[in-house]
Amino acid sequence: MFSTSSKAPFWQGFRDAAPFVLVVGPFAAVFGVIATEAGLSIAETMFFTISVFAGAAQLTTLQLLQENTPAVIALASGLAVNLRMAMYSASLTPHLGAAPFWQRAFVAYFTVDQSYALSQAKFEVRGDWPLPSKLAYFFGTCAPIAPVWALMTFVGAMIGEQIPESAALDFAVPIAFLAIIGPMMRTPAHMLTAFVAATASLMLTWVPYNLGVIIAASIGMVAGAQAELELAKRGLFK
Amino acid sequence: MITRPELWIVIAALALGSFLLRFAFLGFVGDRPLPEWLLRHLRYTAVAVLPALIAPMIIWPSGTDGVFDVPRVLAAVVTLSVGLIWRNVVLAIALGAGTLYLGLYLAG
Repeated sequence: MFSTSSKAPFWQGFRDAAPFVLVVGPFAAVFGVIATEAGLSIAETMFFTISVFAGAAQLTTLQLLQENTPAVIALASGLAVNLRMAMYSASLTPHLGAAPFWQRAFVAYFTVDQSYALSQAKFEVRGDWPLPSKLAYFFGTCAPIAPVWALMTFVGAMIGEQIPESAALDFAVPIAFLAIIGPMMRTPAHMLTAFVAATASLMLTWVPYNLGVIIAASIGMVAGAQAELELAKRGLFK
Repeated sequence: MITRPELWIVIAALALGSFLLRFAFLGFVGDRPLPEWLLRHLRYTAVAVLPALIAPMIIWPSGTDGVFDVPRVLAAVVTLSVGLIWRNVVLAIALGAGTLYLGLYLAG
């Protein structure tokens, strides 16, 4: 698939992504467990995890469906969680936008937090890399992550029923997301966004169909964008 | 109980929608630049959606039928703090889960 000159970037991506298997694996297993507990068959769980390939959105949608939220709202909330993927897509475009259509489609499917973050960081340093090297690096980061994602979902689905209630699995989702959110707090604007969104969400739980989550997130995004403008005005935003 | 075929329709739609979100700019915009105001809001999507989603799950957890639970809140505080301070997702999950189980054990 790759020419000789692309082999090195591919394995570089592979090595850089390898440690993230420790995050992706347990997260995938949690989804497998929760999906089975929600009454999904193994086949349904695997169809879900391989076709969507976005853990946070999968858990969000599943959680809401389980709470008897209307399907449309559960779907919209899952897509809202994945809105950040549009940002990733936008930010990868200057580096990979010149690739053939079918390759861009593969990049799109494999765009997750880890592959995006690693690739973006690498491309900022190696802007001189030709397109094939950049593509090879990107797919290299996916090579350890994607199979582990599918495999560990399967493992989670298999062991799901045997997990006792004392395992407090209801809290696996908040802990996994909190752990991801912490390192995302790069600037005061990010922190303000998270604080405003969380506070608004707590105040909007009365809104039907869990729509409060999307409304709260929108308020948080506006707060973050405004904070960034204010900080930039004072020369504080990097 | 999640009904069928609603589940399958939602999964298929979520898969298609997620793909289109990821493909949106890379596929359709190509090399053209995006308006700065849009990028500025997009930057804060993840840090807005995830906290909005989990805040109620932390304060009113489903595992206790919505009753405020000290071990769970402590676990949340530890997880977020560890992530903030050491920027390490794995460590945050490990210490957060450890706090939760220790707290639940001590609370009996």
